[in-house]
Amino acid sequence: MNGYVTMIIFVVAYLVLAPFVGGLLAGIDRKITARMQGRVGPPILQPFYDVGKLFEKEPITVNKVQDFYVLCFFIFILATGAFFFAGLNLLLVIFTLTIASVFLIVGAFSSNSPYAQVGAERELLQMMAYEPMVLLTAIGFYIFSGSFDVSAIVNLSGMPFFYLIGIFVGFVFILTIKFRKSPFDLSMSHHAHQELVKGLVTEYSGKTLGLIEIAHWYENIFLLGFVFLFFCNGTWWGYLIGVVVCLAAYFLEVLIDNSFARMKWQVAINSAWIVALCLGIGNLFILKFLLMV
Amino acid sequence: MGTIFFLILFPTVVAILLLVLKADAARDIVVKIACAAIAAGSIYLAVQYFTKGTQYFDFESHAVNMTMMVIEIILAVIIVVLAIRYKKILAAILAIAQTPLVCWFELTKGHDIEVANNLYFDRLSMIMVLIIGIVGSLICLYAIGYMKDFQHHHAGAPDRRPWFFFLLFLFLAAMTGLVTSNNLIWMYFFWEITSLCSFLLIGYNGLFHKEENEDKVATNNAFRALIMNLGGGLGFAVAIVYLGTYGGTIELNKLLAMGNASQVAVIVAAFLAFAGITKAAQMPFNSWLLGAMVAPTPTSALLHSSTMVKAGVFLIIKLAPVLNGNYAGFMTMMVGGITFLLASFSAISQSNGKRVLAYSTIANLGLIVVCGGIGTAGAVWAGTMLIIFHAVTKSLLFLCVGTAEHNVGSRDIEDLDGLFGKMPRLAMFMMIGIAGMFLAPFGMLISKWAAMVAFVNAPSMFGFENILLIGIICFGSAATAFYWVKWLGKMAAVVAGTKNIQQNVHGSEWFAQGTLVALTIIVCLLFPFISSKIIVPYLNETFGGIADLAISSTNMIIMCIMVAVILLLIVFFFGRTNKKIVNIYLSGVNEGDNLQFEDAFKAPKPLALRNWYMDSYFGEKKMNVIGDILSSVAIIYVLGMIIGFVIGGIGGGM
Repeated sequence: MNGYVTMIIFVVAYLVLAPFVGGLLAGIDRKITARMQGRVGPPILQPFYDVGKLFEKEPITVNKVQDFYVLCFFIFILATGAFFFAGLNLLLVIFTLTIASVFLIVGAFSSNSPYAQVGAERELLQMMAYEPMVLLTAIGFYIFSGSFDVSAIVNLSGMPFFYLIGIFVGFVFILTIKFRKSPFDLSMSHHAHQELVKGLVTEYSGKTLGLIEIAHWYENIFLLGFVFLFFCNGTWWGYLIGVVVCLAAYFLEVLIDNSFARMKWQVAINSAWIVALCLGIGNLFILKFLLMV
Repeated sequence: MGTIFFLILFPTVVAILLLVLKADAARDIVVKIACAAIAAGSIYLAVQYFTKGTQYFDFESHAVNMTMMVIEIILAVIIVVLAIRYKKILAAILAIAQTPLVCWFELTKGHDIEVANNLYFDRLSMIMVLIIGIVGSLICLYAIGYMKDFQHHHAGAPDRRPWFFFLLFLFLAAMTGLVTSNNLIWMYFFWEITSLCSFLLIGYNGLFHKEENEDKVATNNAFRALIMNLGGGLGFAVAIVYLGTYGGTIELNKLLAMGNASQVAVIVAAFLAFAGITKAAQMPFNSWLLGAMVAPTPTSALLHSSTMVKAGVFLIIKLAPVLNGNYAGFMTMMVGGITFLLASFSAISQSNGKRVLAYSTIANLGLIVVCGGIGTAGAVWAGTMLIIFHAVTKSLLFLCVGTAEHNVGSRDIEDLDGLFGKMPRLAMFMMIGIAGMFLAPFGMLISKWAAMVAFVNAPSMFGFENILLIGIICFGSAATAFYWVKWLGKMAAVVAGTKNIQQNVHGSEWFAQGTLVALTIIVCLLFPFISSKIIVPYLNETFGGIADLAISSTNMIIMCIMVAVILLLIVFFFGRTNKKIVNIYLSGVNEGDNLQFEDAFKAPKPLALRNWYMDSYFGEKKMNVIGDILSSVAIIYVLGMIIGFVIGGIGGGM
């Protein structure tokens, strides 16, 4: 019974707090980025003002079905994070994330607009690029802990990080794709002036676009949760290290974002798959070997 | 037992009846009644034995054995004659190599072997019978309308529909026999009939036609299928002879009871698994299934979903207890894994809808074959679930592509642009089928999930192959998502100015597709029930219990809730909006119809959108070459070792 109560507290906390923390992180991101580029930058709360403004726009759409897909995307992104913070099965979490992404992509396809569709195809490519590494991360946790359940992994006595260093590096690598940061912001970019207009989300506007933005905040927090998981060892200092590393990883992504130009899609898939092969599968072999000895 | 006989004999009688009926109206009625009867019969059979567990039936009859042998000899003669007529000598050689071998064995050594039970019925057979009876008869029903259109499109060719329906129903009869035979010689008999039926169905446009009407490709592809499957049949025949000679039995349950450490069982299992691999169109034998789509669509749907290839994976899943943790299992899982990965990659490079479906079938079968090769209870759970979900969704997709082809005039995914406007219902059906193929929370993904867990948990023979298989499934599922979503996207695209043309579709086609859609959803919602009431009891009997399910019941329930949520969202929100509809963004030069933009000379230019195929990465040819080499190495390594051992053993004995 006690387990259910904590579970519900965590889920509610995630659903309520994640957009604020996510939005705040986005604001900090913009501030740091501006400073790196020698600008003053917008206020930290700017992302909230932006989304607020989106919700006041005139409601328009390009067809009758698009909003449906975005609604599904939003619900399933929330479900993904909720499952994760409820301590459920990692594979369930990953598959729910996949279905959410698919809804967003299909929504873009449905517009039949060239910019949205090319963005959708690139998003798909990115999905194909990062998915093996994400799955291997879950498998790594399983081989290490004997369980796919987040609740079990959090309370382990050893720190997964030391056994899953390769997988950790691999996961941070594909985080660049998931956070839509340069050099892999192929499908849509928060930087202005790109050939694809706004790619995947070109045909969304107003409230719908606002929902997508909020969903991304949710998603980012959930992804950082994954990073956090590497450092859990059942003690308060393990959790503290986890939070610090999450912030460091986020800063690293911002730094990478500002120091690379966008690359071709071939680089995205080649590098992500090579990383998954070498660091991901390599790490699994070593882990299996360590556990056998 | 009576119902089993009914399900074997009734379709045979119907088949013969359809061969002599020439009138359209009469055929329609007979097919409809027969389909209803077969579906009802299979459901009745399942209900009859639902609580009883595995049942064996002795049914000893010398006459039946003799009849089967005579038919086998006649079939062999037919194959030899056709092979000579079409100058495909290899087919003749393979037929001559195996039929006399089996007959000789039956008349000499086999004669003395006591067969306690010729037939059996367990829960795996139950699943197969339901698939054959329901999905198979829906496809036959669909064929009524489809073949009318087909005849219309091929106006010059003689009407050979009686022949076509004869083969379809014969196929169903043979499949039922195959999944309920405990006597391996009986199973071999049905196995050969399915090979021959598929050969004749694939060659529908080629064989027996006059020179000017003959589709040479159909003839060649039919013979390719025949040769590969006869090769597998030869493996089957060798397995029977070896088992009879050294194991003193020809019964399936006795073979399984020998266990995975028995030398005889491992050798027999390796040959039978080889037969399964050919029939399940695994690399290097996958080309026959790709070639099979020259035939009318119902053939492809039948071969891919409920019959033929399913016979191959059925045998391998059945053999799981003797494949677990030995060389025979190693061969099986390697071939399956290689096939799953490379066929998934190949599917990305295809734009022909049927070819995408074919590669996806081969890939999914690969996954089932891996599960059988691993041979643990968890893996078999995953494999069985895959069989069920695949049968339902794949037949639905094939039937949809067939209908699209007849109404839009192309089976190329690029030409299905705007199907959402042209044939909304068909597009919806296709989207459901595609979602069912790979997307959480729909069925197929649950099986992949379980397979992944089974791979991690399986005891490893060499210490490396499990991680390798995990890598394969991770990369393979990434590729799977890619090719399905890009197709899904095409289906979802709302193209301006399309006209609804779906009123021309035959009622029988809608009925078959609609039922399959309903089945897809029902199976997705009820799979925890299927698991606990059918698959887990089967595993308990076969493996003496299953430690724990890969997917906990909580997670299964969550998945079902997700399916329900999606359905509700569709019902309440799909296509409803009060918003103002505006034009899409075309850099400010949209001509106003969302279809054209103003070019640099102020002239309207139509816009065209095409998908990604990534040929330089996933080119079909390259993938097939790599897959053929790798899988051949695995097969030759293991079978070569076994043959060497057997010959050495015989030599040593002398």
